[in-house]
Amino acid sequence: MSRLWRASPLTYLALVFAAGLSIFPIWWMFVVASRSSDAMGQLPPPITPGGNLGANISRLFDNTDAYFLTGLINSVIVATTVTVSVVFFSSLAGFAFAKLRFRGRNALLLVIIATMMVPTQLGVIPLYLLMTRLHWNDRLPAVIVPVLVTGFGVFMMRQYAGQAISDELIEAARMDGCGTARIWWHVVLPALRPAAAVLGLLTFMTTWNDFLWPYAVLNDPANPTVQLSLRALSDGYYQDMSQVFTGTAIATLPLLLVFVLFGRQIIGGIMEGAVKA
Amino acid sequence: MTVQLDARPPVAPAPGNQRQSSGRLSRFDTRFSPYLYIAPFFLLFAVFGVYPLAYTFWVSLHDWDLLGTDHPFVGAENYTRLLADVDFWHALVNTLGIFVISTVPQLLAALWLANLLNRGLRARTGWRMAVLVPNVTSTAAVAIVFGVLFGREFGMVNWLLDLVGLDAIEWKSNRFASWVAISAMVDWRWTGYNALILLAAMQAIPRDLYEAAAIDGANRARQFWSVTVPLLKPTIIFCAIIATIGGLQLFTEPRMFHSGTNPIRGGPLRESQTLTMYMFENAFAPHYNFGYGSAVAWLLFALIAIVAAVNVLVLRRLGGGPGPRKGAAR
Repeated sequence: MSRLWRASPLTYLALVFAAGLSIFPIWWMFVVASRSSDAMGQLPPPITPGGNLGANISRLFDNTDAYFLTGLINSVIVATTVTVSVVFFSSLAGFAFAKLRFRGRNALLLVIIATMMVPTQLGVIPLYLLMTRLHWNDRLPAVIVPVLVTGFGVFMMRQYAGQAISDELIEAARMDGCGTARIWWHVVLPALRPAAAVLGLLTFMTTWNDFLWPYAVLNDPANPTVQLSLRALSDGYYQDMSQVFTGTAIATLPLLLVFVLFGRQIIGGIMEGAVKA
Repeated sequence: MTVQLDARPPVAPAPGNQRQSSGRLSRFDTRFSPYLYIAPFFLLFAVFGVYPLAYTFWVSLHDWDLLGTDHPFVGAENYTRLLADVDFWHALVNTLGIFVISTVPQLLAALWLANLLNRGLRARTGWRMAVLVPNVTSTAAVAIVFGVLFGREFGMVNWLLDLVGLDAIEWKSNRFASWVAISAMVDWRWTGYNALILLAAMQAIPRDLYEAAAIDGANRARQFWSVTVPLLKPTIIFCAIIATIGGLQLFTEPRMFHSGTNPIRGGPLRESQTLTMYMFENAFAPHYNFGYGSAVAWLLFALIAIVAAVNVLVLRRLGGGPGPRKGAAR
């Protein structure tokens, strides 16, 4: 580092301030989740955890309006299925776009990029009508099937495959008699692993977080995703805020866990994507 | 035939028979397997992407609700009704207001944060994670938390205002205040993310540009505005467009910020109902008027396209001023 780039104590002070703002709402969510419901009326507000977490959790799971456990299980099913599928199909298509030559390749890639620009909201109403016709309303396929492979995933894998896999390697595998499918499995997939991991993490988090479409199509309160359970809790007639916050904390926990374990890769993915964009 | 096959270096021919059949198979493989690999995306996209898009427009030309069995064609009636709909314009103003209040400070703060992170820091990854963590939290969960932080009586924000001697603010029932609260939520989530994208672009700027500027007598602030910012322009435009697409579609934050009766209205007097919420209110519970909702969806799409285009024009103009970079960037 040249002297131009030294960090002064002031830099650290500013960063501590920014990091504090970032972390505080999350911290406070866990504080309220671990206290009794009268924590909400206290001024100054409590900022250290209490000992009520267990009781809050059992009340939350007993709540007959929120179907929280069902929501949690549903969200795990949906997010896991979508993640596996997106990574699988995106790495196939990304490989094809980056390394195989075929007629119409560039035009089709442009189509994929264009799909990333279209707001999802625009299609929600016909999608709902379509689901009604398929009798998928209120059922998990409605929130799984439309996102089994995404334009973003294909594009991301294509970008990575383009630079991570040398043409010579593929050529060599071909010479050894490998078909395209075997090349994908034995040569491409191992090389794509870092990008596949990032794509998987981002997809899992996005799907876990998804709100608008599940809200539109899953109207049966007894079969929600976890985000819809939160909605039921928050809109409830009688609000017990420590219970609601326990719900938000549990819904956030898997995301935080993923982030703590793989934060470095996620940051790398965001920053590398940025340089190319 | 594909270039790959043509580019093959000549190899000794394998024994006749076997080569014949595997050759045909492999030619079939190289020609058609790419289509097989990209087919899942296009299939899914055709059914759940293109079809709904076009169909939204079709539905918007009909009087189409949940109960009616026939859906009479009404032409542009949904659109003309919408343009005369006070609640629609109200939601449009809300959406644009929240968009402006959130995006401008967000990008400025991200720039500042990226500049801080672009130094020789101890525990580099730790700081980056700390600013990114809001982005990975559950949106609905955080909106509930912010709804409480901005509560009228026991909210922490009003308590802090009180500490410094200011009056409490009605964050939910004052229109402008609710915009600010929702913008705070949006910025909390997205500032760190944008900062990392800007940071990546900053790190790609060659160091000798700064050394040259320093020799010319430019101080740190001057270097930032005359070297860093102009060179970041494409990235800033990218961030602004992403923020536009996301900001104009805002739904979960304002929806979950409100609770009680009819939260889809964004407050008793629609203080912070966004266009997407308005579309939702009409297309789904309680109205289930698909035709009208589809018209909202199309106008929203048009709005996004227009604002994104304006964004690009304005930012091009702003950053296009004279500077040392033109020669230096070569």
